[in-house]
Amino acid sequence: MNTQTQVVELGYGGNERLMLNMGPQHPSSHGVFRMILTLAGETVVAVDAVIGYLHRCHEKLGETLTYAQYPSIASKTDYVAAMTAELAYVSAVERVGKIEVPKRAQYLRVIAAELQRIASHCLWLGTWCLDMGGAIGGGSTVFLYCMREREMILDRFEELTGARLLYGFHQVGGTRYDVPAGWDTKVRATGDFMEKRIDEYEAMLEGNAFFLVRTQGVGVISRELAQEVGVVGPLIRGSGVNYDVRRAEPYSSYRDFDFRVPVETAGDCYARYRVRMVEFRESIRIIRQALDGLPDGPISSRPGVKSVGQVRVPKGEGYARVEGPRGEVGCYLVSDGGPKPYRLKWRGASFTNLAVLPHIIPGHKVADVVAIMGSVDPVFGEVDR
Amino acid sequence: MTSSPVVWQAIEAFVVLNALLVLVAYVTLLERKFAARMQSRIGPYYVGRPHGWLQPIADALKLMLKEDVVPTASDRGVYNLAPIVFLVPCLLIFATIPFAPELGVADLNIGVLFFLAVSSLEIVGLFMGGWGSNNKYALLSAMRAVNQIISYGLPFIFVALVPVLLAGSLQMSAIVAAQQGLWFVAYPGLGQLAFVLFLVAALAAENRVPFDILEAESELVAGFRVEYSGMKFALIQLGEYAHMLGTSFLGALLFLGGWSGPWPAWFGPIAFLLKAVGIFLLVTWVRWSFVRIRVDQILAISWKLLLPASLVLLLATGFVVALRGAGGA
Repeated sequence: MNTQTQVVELGYGGNERLMLNMGPQHPSSHGVFRMILTLAGETVVAVDAVIGYLHRCHEKLGETLTYAQYPSIASKTDYVAAMTAELAYVSAVERVGKIEVPKRAQYLRVIAAELQRIASHCLWLGTWCLDMGGAIGGGSTVFLYCMREREMILDRFEELTGARLLYGFHQVGGTRYDVPAGWDTKVRATGDFMEKRIDEYEAMLEGNAFFLVRTQGVGVISRELAQEVGVVGPLIRGSGVNYDVRRAEPYSSYRDFDFRVPVETAGDCYARYRVRMVEFRESIRIIRQALDGLPDGPISSRPGVKSVGQVRVPKGEGYARVEGPRGEVGCYLVSDGGPKPYRLKWRGASFTNLAVLPHIIPGHKVADVVAIMGSVDPVFGEVDR
Repeated sequence: MTSSPVVWQAIEAFVVLNALLVLVAYVTLLERKFAARMQSRIGPYYVGRPHGWLQPIADALKLMLKEDVVPTASDRGVYNLAPIVFLVPCLLIFATIPFAPELGVADLNIGVLFFLAVSSLEIVGLFMGGWGSNNKYALLSAMRAVNQIISYGLPFIFVALVPVLLAGSLQMSAIVAAQQGLWFVAYPGLGQLAFVLFLVAALAAENRVPFDILEAESELVAGFRVEYSGMKFALIQLGEYAHMLGTSFLGALLFLGGWSGPWPAWFGPIAFLLKAVGIFLLVTWVRWSFVRIRVDQILAISWKLLLPASLVLLLATGFVVALRGAGGA
């Protein structure tokens, strides 16, 4: 809302354009994102996306912190899916250092990552409906339902790690915490409960004609565009490309689990919604399988590594990627043999996903801008880093 | 009441106006509690325990104490006048509503016409607010408002004319009198269709979700009132709820038989209020379950669906009345 002092440049000839500055402070900017929209009436003719309002020097910070310290900071890149962000970092360190991870730790990582996916998708569904339905309207109803369910998963995380949002659960060589007593029954109960709730969301949204007209055929990303821009996660799967890092390059024992990668061909907001709704259920399936087959054994190949200088990684470089809720999260690491990385580079899923906005938004109405933006599910901690 | 002396009428107007303001305040509390239930929350609770019954008063006090911000780039005159221009028609619509036989400010013989005419005046205030704020969000919202209210005014009027035709009078008390035996909502076929269309058109006329594109806080922040604060904001809010309540009363009167029903006469006004609140809650229920639709879709619904449907309905009603013979009055 920093445009108020500008004079409205609207003429009477009919060809004039209105520049509308949406963000960085805007109810639907999902953080701090600025879109400079050029409008012809209500229709958007051009979008200029401006990012960088949440830049925190994450990569430089990574160079100043040791391998033992950084995982809990890595969770702050994507604060909505902290588990997968941490996992990307520790995987990169393990790849460079050729560090083995015990089977039990791998399964625990999978459980944490999939729970995180459900929590993140809950937040996405809620905020997206909030974008379309308004804070005083049906959107907030869905939002509050989703928040209620996300709370249950945060409770499980709290029992596991003691933290609710930024966990510090992973460490190089394994995980920091083991499962507390009785946790797996609680997680199973959460999964069963979630499945019922997801049915409710689907009944509430898919039987709702207004929801369908707002999402179907809106913000279509063609298969070609998706591949050209390099969008990842639910976006590319919603555009008909069967790409999931868990399948393409299985990490952390994902090979052991039987799950489906949902693919929709329409490429519109509704397709992306469908993909995520199926992912909800598939995540629950994976969690059940992982709990069933949870092997005994140590949770870390380097137990007791707590002091900051103890993890050292030989000279080398490596890239590790994981499938976060928003798509491929990558971490590129260069080591010079010291206790800290020489160079760290993040590849955020939201960053590439946002790049598709200027291609798909023009031609839509202002109301669709927020719907499309919400269907991309950006987290600006991950975009700006 | 047309024969009463002027003083008596002024007193009545004063009482109705104040009762209305209190009612509007408590209707907001009702909506908040109702929405909270839907969303598995508690809603207002602490201000006036146990159920937050002082919340509306606290809200009003808070808004009165707020700083009144006037943007430097705004058109001061238009900006300051807009809330009043918006509020007055919203309150005026209650002038012709009788709350019981012989109990009302002015039971005009063109009551329904007066209601429809005055309630569509609110658009002037809306547009003044949107234009005078000199804010792009507000401007877009004002444009949408004009679009929407022009499109939905017509079906709203046509549907409201169905009971008028059935009763054969524009006078509100006469319409109620015509429903002594059978409420118009129970009128076979016509009544139900007209009532549903009335609710849809009323939602749009009241700018409620799913038709609240002019407020659209997720796109246009708060639409035409984005720059308003303090008491001016309160006036706009008051006007909006008064309009909503007025439309609910109109719906209860046109379709649900006003105060008529199988109860003693003293219960009539209470029954009327309950019916109006029922319609209000129905609208609220819709509001808290749907997502907002887009401006072009809203216009399409109006011009392609509601307008033809209401016209056909009006025509059908005309036939029915003609076949029935004498129109009631």
